[in-house]
Amino acid sequence: MKFMMNHLEKMKPLFKPGGKLEKLYPLFEAQETFMFTPPTVTKSSPHIRDANDMKRTMITVIFALIPCILFGMYNAGRQHNIVNMVQNATLMTHLLQGALLVMPIIMASYVAGGIWEVLFAVVRKHEINEGFLVTGMLFPLTLPPTIPLWQVAVGISFGVIIGKEVFGGTGFNVLNPALTARAFLFFAYPQQISGDSVWTSVVKGGAIMDGFSGATPLAIAAQVPSGGNVIEALREGGFTWMSMFGGLEGGSIGETGVIPILIGAAILIITGVGAWRIMAGGVLGLFIGSTLMNFVGNAQPEFKAFTMLPFHYHLVVGSFLFGIVFMATDPVSASATNAGKWVYGSLIGLLTIVIRVTNPAYPEGVMLSILFMNVMAPLIDHIVVSLHVKRRASYLRRFSRAKG
Amino acid sequence: MELLNLAVKAIFVENIVLSFFLGMCSFLALSKKVETATGLGIAVVFVLTMTTPLNWLIHHFLLQDGALAWTGVASLARLDLSFLNFICFIAVIASAVQLVEMTLDRFFPALYNALGIFLPLITVNCSILGGSLFMVEREYNLSEATVFGFSAGFGFFLAIVSLSAIRKKLRYSNIPPGLKGLGITFIMTGLMSIGFLCFSGISL
Repeated sequence: MKFMMNHLEKMKPLFKPGGKLEKLYPLFEAQETFMFTPPTVTKSSPHIRDANDMKRTMITVIFALIPCILFGMYNAGRQHNIVNMVQNATLMTHLLQGALLVMPIIMASYVAGGIWEVLFAVVRKHEINEGFLVTGMLFPLTLPPTIPLWQVAVGISFGVIIGKEVFGGTGFNVLNPALTARAFLFFAYPQQISGDSVWTSVVKGGAIMDGFSGATPLAIAAQVPSGGNVIEALREGGFTWMSMFGGLEGGSIGETGVIPILIGAAILIITGVGAWRIMAGGVLGLFIGSTLMNFVGNAQPEFKAFTMLPFHYHLVVGSFLFGIVFMATDPVSASATNAGKWVYGSLIGLLTIVIRVTNPAYPEGVMLSILFMNVMAPLIDHIVVSLHVKRRASYLRRFSRAKG
Repeated sequence: MELLNLAVKAIFVENIVLSFFLGMCSFLALSKKVETATGLGIAVVFVLTMTTPLNWLIHHFLLQDGALAWTGVASLARLDLSFLNFICFIAVIASAVQLVEMTLDRFFPALYNALGIFLPLITVNCSILGGSLFMVEREYNLSEATVFGFSAGFGFFLAIVSLSAIRKKLRYSNIPPGLKGLGITFIMTGLMSIGFLCFSGISL
């Protein structure tokens, strides 16, 4: 460490104003702050009144993501080995196979996004922000393991440039950049990111396990004819509540396992990095939405069988938990006021149910409902703040009347 | 249920601003402050709710092919006056706007001043005429036309108010100089319509 420190100190004058490599200062700054704690404080928002800084915050999120990454790799490899009938597969081979599938996606996301990040930092003379480490990691975790790498690069480029950098970089974006990137891919190249065949990697021309369809639980549940039994249909498709809780199934890389997400949520809540109000609100909204849907399903059995899916199933299918824990709690694009966080979170939960059940165009609704609520978050904050101002004003009036 | 479906569709799925990009001029120009945006939004809701059913009556009983059959005169019943649609709709809209203007001037002078030239310009706001023309094209009946008018207006209201709240936040952003003002607003409008895409395809 000492050696690194000395080395960095020796390099420093080169990058300082007037030095030879002055233009590349953001690169140097990034190296320095990644490895050592610099004596400077964060200059741009989000500000937190704490010993904490952007770097700590973002690194905490990365730590919280590690269980998801590891489990995602293991799961992607396991799915691959099972479906392609690889003989004598062990835990290690699952993990290695998964790393082969997942690491290139993460690398593509970091490299492509990183290039834009550095370019903007150099031209616009702001610091390379640790926020990108989170965006660049969250984005691959929302993708299917079979996604073409060029699409990863195109997607993260859109997310970083249009979603974040045109607004001035980390702290100013209105929408979550990782979700913007995913939504861009979702609408631009729907074939590689939706449907039944993208969630598990299959070797072309190889032997495939009998009866393998690749359908996700949500796709199965959406196709149950009215009057049918959703839970029964899921069981026939090979999904019970316990198996979906465990998450050894096809899906986006980071979203399938509930346990690693809960570990991540615990880390975020204990360190205070992720807002527990948003997560609690989201689960509450999901509960209200699914209960309402159950009522609708009871009253009008001919409408859709999907309405009868109970709350605890909605909680574990699809990527709701991943979205509400890691995406919705992004401190920049979420509501900032405490009351606003409850409203914001619960509307995400509610909208997720509405999209899942009533919108045949999309099997999963978390991504789009978070984006929609990102759009609405400033309005929620505005309403909360102006209500607060009104309440204080009327309190003051009453107070002065009582006195005078 | 049908009407509810229509309302949801007009507010979210086929939001008049964010999926048809109608009424852009006032949407972009008057979304700098939440208060002004709310005022304009309410004005648009009012004008659309009034003019769409009014235009429906005019279209249905006067202008449509064979609309004058109720007079009982054979030569009138053969008339197709729908080429007068545009001019009649605009006249109705202009008078409705005049009404709103007079009301605002009398009761909310502050809002009247804030809206300025854009209030009379609602007359030529594409979303208002668009509402009436959609009503003709999609062959709504009277109650559908009323619900559609109100919900299209409410969709406009929702979009412009949320954009104004976002722009309030953007005021503190470090936006590249070339994109400041309208440029970033255009990009934001595009991103907002991605957000609103979550509803596309919903049918109740």
